[in-house]
Amino acid sequence: MIDPNFFQLICFYAFGAITVGAAIAVISLRNTVHAVLSLVLTFFSTACIWMLAEAEFLAVALIVVYVGAVMVLFLFVVMMLDIDQVKIREGFVRFLPVGLVVAVVMLVEMLALIGVRAMHAQTLGVNPATVAGQSNTAWLGTALYTHYLLPFEVAALILTVGVVAAVALTLRQRSGSKRQMAAEQVAVDPRARVRLVKMDAVRPPVAEPPAASEEPKA
Amino acid sequence: MITLAHFIVLGAILFCIAVAGLFINRKNVIVLLMSIELLLLAVNINFVAFSRFGHDVAGQVFVFFILTVAAAESAIGLAILVLLFRNRSTVNVAEIDSMKG
Repeated sequence: MIDPNFFQLICFYAFGAITVGAAIAVISLRNTVHAVLSLVLTFFSTACIWMLAEAEFLAVALIVVYVGAVMVLFLFVVMMLDIDQVKIREGFVRFLPVGLVVAVVMLVEMLALIGVRAMHAQTLGVNPATVAGQSNTAWLGTALYTHYLLPFEVAALILTVGVVAAVALTLRQRSGSKRQMAAEQVAVDPRARVRLVKMDAVRPPVAEPPAASEEPKA
Repeated sequence: MITLAHFIVLGAILFCIAVAGLFINRKNVIVLLMSIELLLLAVNINFVAFSRFGHDVAGQVFVFFILTVAAAESAIGLAILVLLFRNRSTVNVAEIDSMKG
């Protein structure tokens, strides 16, 4: 029987390795579509790590919102733009040493600063949501709809502004294209299109009188 | 046993990879946008870890808001990118210099 804590640790290392590997692939892959797919993998394995931290709602939200919506948006844009792959790669080797040096120095500084040794003392204790007698979603939702109600509404406003801005930016009116004008169609006056003329019925002149008398009168 | 250090180190590694991506990919705005997403993800990992280990719901609420703002940001960023490509036919950062910055 494997120790659950040890199993958790193995899972963490596995998901963490996938996350880091996929993140490196994101910044180094030649094909942009492959880079976006690697980013999807990064988000997915990060969601798994959040599951290990028992933040279930955020893990599922990350998959639904990010993998389901934002990454699909990225894929659409990447496939829509006709990007010259060769030109993009110029300068990759030139900036590689700078990027690596900055990243490594920053990592060393961060690890020195945060004090890894001290944080090793903090182990994964009881879930705070369980202590409160709630599920993670209820725990988060209770806080969100009470203490953080105003920021929550502001977040909704930000999303609305984002949608409007994205549509307003990319909307374009081409000259010479044929399309429907809904406002003009609705506002049209029937009298401008069809003219009804009142006139007496006129019997067409017929050659033979007996044939004309048999016809019913309209 | 997973400790707080595990999460923090993972967040730091992801953050540094994303910064390296910002430095390396000078030619492609799309990869720059993806690097920014990675930066935000690294910060979110730290927030979730601190929320879990510090027994405070505020961390997870913050992650929620960061996700919201990041989604709006990427939508507008991609819209600007599409507009840019339509007008200039390039995603090269070096060629986007009309503001003389």
